[in-house]
Amino acid sequence: MLDSTDDQSFVKFDRVQKSYDGENLVVKDLNLSMPQGEFLTMLGPSGSGKTTCLMMLAGFETATHGEILLDGKPINNIPPHKRGIGMVFQNYALFPHMTVAENLAFPLEVRKLDKATREEKVKRALDMVQMGAFGGRRPAQLSGGQQQRIALARALVFEPELVLMDEPLGALDKQLREHMQFEITRLAHNLGITTVYVTHDQTEALTMSDRVAVFEDGRIQQLAPPDTLYEEPENSFVAQFIGENNTLEGVVTDIKGPDLCEVKLDGGEIIDAKPVNVSKVGDRTRVSIRPERVEMNPERLQEGAHTLKAEVLEFVYMGDIFRTRLRVAGNEEFVVKTRNAPDQVRLAPGTHVDIGWLPQDCRALDA
Amino acid sequence: MSDTTSSGPMLAADGTPLKTSLARALRRQKLRALALIAPLLLFVVITFIIPIASMLLRSVENQIVSNTIPEATAALESWDSNSDTAPDEAVFQNLFFDLYRAAEAKEHTKLGTRLNYEQTGTSSLFRTSGRKLDKVGEEWQDPIEDIAPALKDGETWYAIMSGTGGEAVLEARRTLWNQMVPGQFEGDVGLTLSGEIAAMLPLTTAAYADWAIFEALEEERNVSKRDPWEAVYAALGLDMRDADVVAAVNAYDGPHAADLQLIAANLDQLPDLTLREAFADLDEDWLDPEVWQTIKIYSPNYTSGYFLNAVDMEKGPDGAQVRPENQQIYNKLFIRTLWMSLVITGSCIILGYPVAWLLANLPMRTANVLMILVLLPFWTSLLVRTSAWKVLLQQQGVINDILVWLGFVDDANRLILMNNATGTVIAMTHILLPFMILPLYSVMKTIPPSYLRAAKSLGATNWTAFWRVYFPQSVPGIGAGSILVFILAIGYYITPEIVGGTDGVFISNRIAYHISSSLNWGLAAALGSILLAVVLLLYWLYDRIVGIDNVKLGG
Ligand SMILES: Nc1ncnc2c1ncn2[C@@H]1O[C@H](COP(=O)(O)OP(=O)(O)OP(=O)(O)O)[C@@H](O)[C@H]1O
Ligand SMILES: [Mg+2]
Repeated sequence: MLDSTDDQSFVKFDRVQKSYDGENLVVKDLNLSMPQGEFLTMLGPSGSGKTTCLMMLAGFETATHGEILLDGKPINNIPPHKRGIGMVFQNYALFPHMTVAENLAFPLEVRKLDKATREEKVKRALDMVQMGAFGGRRPAQLSGGQQQRIALARALVFEPELVLMDEPLGALDKQLREHMQFEITRLAHNLGITTVYVTHDQTEALTMSDRVAVFEDGRIQQLAPPDTLYEEPENSFVAQFIGENNTLEGVVTDIKGPDLCEVKLDGGEIIDAKPVNVSKVGDRTRVSIRPERVEMNPERLQEGAHTLKAEVLEFVYMGDIFRTRLRVAGNEEFVVKTRNAPDQVRLAPGTHVDIGWLPQDCRALDA
Repeated sequence: MSDTTSSGPMLAADGTPLKTSLARALRRQKLRALALIAPLLLFVVITFIIPIASMLLRSVENQIVSNTIPEATAALESWDSNSDTAPDEAVFQNLFFDLYRAAEAKEHTKLGTRLNYEQTGTSSLFRTSGRKLDKVGEEWQDPIEDIAPALKDGETWYAIMSGTGGEAVLEARRTLWNQMVPGQFEGDVGLTLSGEIAAMLPLTTAAYADWAIFEALEEERNVSKRDPWEAVYAALGLDMRDADVVAAVNAYDGPHAADLQLIAANLDQLPDLTLREAFADLDEDWLDPEVWQTIKIYSPNYTSGYFLNAVDMEKGPDGAQVRPENQQIYNKLFIRTLWMSLVITGSCIILGYPVAWLLANLPMRTANVLMILVLLPFWTSLLVRTSAWKVLLQQQGVINDILVWLGFVDDANRLILMNNATGTVIAMTHILLPFMILPLYSVMKTIPPSYLRAAKSLGATNWTAFWRVYFPQSVPGIGAGSILVFILAIGYYITPEIVGGTDGVFISNRIAYHISSSLNWGLAAALGSILLAVVLLLYWLYDRIVGIDNVKLGG
């Protein structure tokens, strides 16, 4: 997927490895290429190496192997303060002994800009995050969301081409998070800044990013735009990690084409699926179906499609959708989501139904 | 529910005004809090506040002069302290009886010592004169006993003096005794003075009462059987110099009136010696007006003399004046103490800051080992550590040996690192270093490393990031450490004493000297009070300039 001769890439990790203790690789063979202006999110469970990657990019950790290139130039030997990368820390790291304006002026001062320019830029940056009236305050006198904006403004005030953000919204409540997600993406796109954003909140990753890199165990499992990631996960880790997901295990019994195969579940039932990570008959596979793609009205399915018998175990009314938990082929955690439409039936527990799906919605992944 | 919309005061549920019930609730809380700290409060008051108050009091207290020679100091009031002659006979007469009493109770040497602080030689003047006062009394005793042999006998004296109506005189004398030695002279003397005799022979009665009180209450003897002091005979002789007294004696018909009249009839056999001459015979110096100036200056109950002394001044007859150059020591010592404490604080900051930084930034395990090294000095006694420095710093000591061996220093010119200010600074910096490191460490521990990273990511070099971002946040730790070290240093005693020599001693060494060697507690207290005032002043200045809120001992 990566082209190492790609001249378009602004940030590039080339076979980067990192070990802290000389025994375990925390980052294993990382290859990543970002064009200018992209908003890329690193998403992954705790300890998967996201912060480490960010720190290597910022210059606070050195890669044990491999190269990191910024705008085509290797930066392994450039000290952090010369990289010109804006950074937003998880705890904001606003200097407590300086006022908001002084915090923002700091990167301009060390760049020896004159006072008038400094003031002008600080003012512009503060207005940009709608904090124009707060220049004289100390960080401790601001709310969490306000501190967050200041941290953002400080990372942007010296007009870096690349901004790194390590879980910048981790400490905010849900409403403020959503608001800030919107603000950050708006700013990043308006200013055309290349952004690397770290989070372990998948909604955040999906809503904000141009592309998402799913990390696990020091590797990128999939690097794709949010919709691709959600609808076409390349392996079962990604499928499990992104969004809600139903899985059934079985063996491939027949491959009918690039988009259709038959899988015999461990309970003996036969289903249709799209082969993704299976190559031949006899491969063990784990099939993955999104809850909203399951059809409980078999008449709507194609001619000859396989169906499964299911028993309703639980019905939850969630307002905009209904969430029905079923027992399907021995799996008691099989979930179906249906839209709360006028004609939608509410299934009582104990009801027996037939369910099915379009083959392309059921992905046969690695076991 | 109370009606909160009415215009009256807000009421609590039970109808009492809300303010009252809140105050009651708070008072209970305060009392409980007070009860919790009561033991500490008591401890602090007893061991801290009271000693400090008593020190402050002692630095101005000066009752010893007027308590020991009360009548002489009273008589001295009218003497002009600028005159170039000693006071007149009246003062010497009072001095004789005062000093006689003091000599019997052995209090005169204390007074001598006290006045010796102000004028050297006074101590021996009082000591030798006090010893010889008996001889002066004998000048009268011998002829009186020749004239009236009955007066050789204490019982005769007792009979003459006893009677009624003289109780007030006895109590007045008892008060004088108790001023000199508080609480020593309580109880029954076994004598009731005759009021008639007291009026007729005032000096004699007073002297007899003095003797009787001392004899009965200090020596615990029966006054009716004992012979009185020589001073009583002198008093009788002096009384008889007054023609009115002689007339009254001749008209007297009380017990042993005949014996008294016998003396009145033979006045020519009594010496016409004045006490001024008598004292001059004992010691020339009694005619020296300077001695009397000193006594007069220090006769008030409270004096600023100790404080003046403590700042190299003295009390002259015309008020405070600066001491001659060669007698000045304390100002220099105060300045040296302050200056060296500053130097020590400075070296502690310079040496302690990097260590604290390491402690706060090393991995846990290494930091713990380092921490133990920092705290190690606390495990050994201060005396041992200071003595160890002695071994290290001497001219033949380890440090000089190493420097010579490395060739930095010539063997013939070994460095003098001890018995001077250098030694004190080195040893005290080492000893006080933990007091700088610990507060610094606890403050640095709370500065997240992300600040430095943030600064660097914003374009600051390592140095700028440290200086503009890290250092300002560690200033509260420096403040706390500096206050601790400085205040500890300013009052330090053992280390300067051992390695300081003469150039490296502090004011506290001088205080200790006055407390344990010269026994000039008043001066020691004055020096201590000044030291306390200086510390408080510096603390106040610090608060004004840096702000005490900016001091943190921990996160
Ligand atoms: N300074 C360090 N020294 C040693 N090991 C470290 C260090 N920093 C991180 N690690 C290890 O490297 C691995 C990856 O850490 P990293 O901080 O990159 O994870 P992360 O993806 O950012 O996780 P999270 O979502 O919890 O922040 C973890 O196993 C962690 O224990
Ligand atoms: Mg992280």
